[in-house]
Amino acid sequence: MKNVTKEGRFGIHGGQYIPETLMNAVNELTKAYEFYKNDPEFQKELSDLFNNYANRPSLLYYAEKMTKDLGGAKIYLKREDLNHTGAHKINNVLGQALLAKKMGKTRLIAETGAGQHGVATATAAALMGMECVVFMGEEDTKRQALNVYRMRLLGATVIPVTTGTKTLKDAVSEAMREWTTRVEDTHYCLGSVMGPHPFPTIVRDFQAVISKEIKEQMLEKEGRLPDVVMACVGGGSNAIGSFYHFIDDKEVQLIGCEAAGRGIDTFETAATVNTGKLGIFHGMKSYFCQDEYGQIAPVYSISAGLDYPGVGPEHAHLHDIGRASYVPVTDDEAVNAFEYLSRTEGIIPAIESSHAIAHAMKIAPTMDKDKIIVVTVSGRGDKDCAAIARYRGEDIHE
Amino acid sequence: MSNIYKAFENGKAFIPFITCGDPDTDTTYNAVLEAVKNGADLIELGIPFSDPTAEGPVIQGANIRALAGGITTDKVFDLVRKIRKEVTIPLVFMTYANVVFSYGSERFIKTCSEIGIDGLIIPDIPYEEKEEFEPFCAQYDVDLISMIAPTSEDRIAMIAKEAKGFIYVVSSMGVTGMRSGITTDLNSVIGKIRENTDVPCAIGFGISNPSQAKDMSKLADGVIVGSAIVKLLEQYGTDAPSKIGSFIGEMKDAIR
Repeated sequence: MKNVTKEGRFGIHGGQYIPETLMNAVNELTKAYEFYKNDPEFQKELSDLFNNYANRPSLLYYAEKMTKDLGGAKIYLKREDLNHTGAHKINNVLGQALLAKKMGKTRLIAETGAGQHGVATATAAALMGMECVVFMGEEDTKRQALNVYRMRLLGATVIPVTTGTKTLKDAVSEAMREWTTRVEDTHYCLGSVMGPHPFPTIVRDFQAVISKEIKEQMLEKEGRLPDVVMACVGGGSNAIGSFYHFIDDKEVQLIGCEAAGRGIDTFETAATVNTGKLGIFHGMKSYFCQDEYGQIAPVYSISAGLDYPGVGPEHAHLHDIGRASYVPVTDDEAVNAFEYLSRTEGIIPAIESSHAIAHAMKIAPTMDKDKIIVVTVSGRGDKDCAAIARYRGEDIHE
Repeated sequence: MSNIYKAFENGKAFIPFITCGDPDTDTTYNAVLEAVKNGADLIELGIPFSDPTAEGPVIQGANIRALAGGITTDKVFDLVRKIRKEVTIPLVFMTYANVVFSYGSERFIKTCSEIGIDGLIIPDIPYEEKEEFEPFCAQYDVDLISMIAPTSEDRIAMIAKEAKGFIYVVSSMGVTGMRSGITTDLNSVIGKIRENTDVPCAIGFGISNPSQAKDMSKLADGVIVGSAIVKLLEQYGTDAPSKIGSFIGEMKDAIR
């Protein structure tokens, strides 16, 4: 086989494995993005949205109590939970919605797992006067009923997806189907660093503001780079955003925390890098949880946002070359971390972000006190309170 | 060169699609035999995939039923071996990239060649990614079928020039499934294809009755019908083959 290196590849991963019907739409998107990413006017408008609408830059907060309690490395939290709409998702969505608007599109469609990306997309659509349709697995509409209401309140139509496992992967499939039906006026606002080229690159570039800020803030506070940067990984957008500007700084260790569900030795897991194998799905070559015949596995995690059988192609590549490591974190560990950060720092993290907090709790005590860890808190945990209460056997109604 | 050209030697070709293993392989076997008996010129055999992103609800349902019934790629290969004892018309597989890739691309395509599969239709492999499978297809004489969509426009020449077997012309935007009307200007799409290749064109997506088939056959060399046949399997299960046979008879008569 020829070893073809093409646009939109991260090592062997990535590519454009999509129906012919969508090819001109993604080509048009690639062309538009290539133009606007270098357009000072576009960048100015985006910065303005980030700073005056989304509440950027987000804080880099020294978690002193947590640091002292764990007794090892110094822990900083990158507070993406303080963004407007409560998660990192808004960074990508404002970028894509602005791009779509410049391209003359009037309608945004999106998939959502936990509902954070759906809420962010509905928010951007409301702000920019665009129509918005969000596909959400029926199972997730139950787990995240409050977010369904928020999307409707913002003027979006939420379509519960009843195919397959009725979770995030099915929502992605359904949004892709919808896009093939209507490309003329519609932009598919993909929520993570996944799917066909150019999405993994576009979403990464919009999320890279996270690591750009971490770097500046860390140099200001500590006068040096951190030793470890870690974030949770589903598709991997907050993680790649947290890693991106550190990739060339080899001394900074990058750790992605995957959802192990009930454990990587069970079938009830969503830890793709740890348990999946190379495959082609949802427009990209990457690692996927699948059976021996390539049927995509019905993955599981307590977190709807990490409950996805694949991982973004750039993460797959960072794993291959050993630049980043990917560790599994179970439901139990994540729930403990959710409760721990709430009690210790007065910060309720999203159950997704709690996976990264959990791993920080594991490694910080093993590190010297002069070491520095940055953990990205990708979102706030209000949306998860009812589900975690149920996990603990307490039946509360939202 | 595969045998696909033979499907287009006797007037307009009728190409039915059947999902393997829906609801079981015996039913697929019987349906294929009925299809051949009633005038099918080439058969598209679907290998089920858990997440068929190019399919509408009818074929999605068939994939779910077949996988629930325990179908696997190896069982589909066995089914084709059995079919090949009785059937000589060209057969192609329609499946998704991960089904081929996960089996080992070369191993999959070599097996296709050994059991008498003439071509592969993979909706998530566009022109830009065909390098993934094309070298093995060329090596083992299995045609990788190219698709052209209503949105292809300036891509038509590039795709048509390298097309093999036949060209699958997607009639409408969206996913597979029955439609009341087809509004794409297929005449101009097929005109552009003809300027670039002599490979036959078959139109698929949304064709479900004899009058639509007749209209489409005036424009192209063949018509492909999937959801309308799968719908019969959904309704009649193991009793579907004879119903599929008479449906195909009517459709073939309409395009003769």
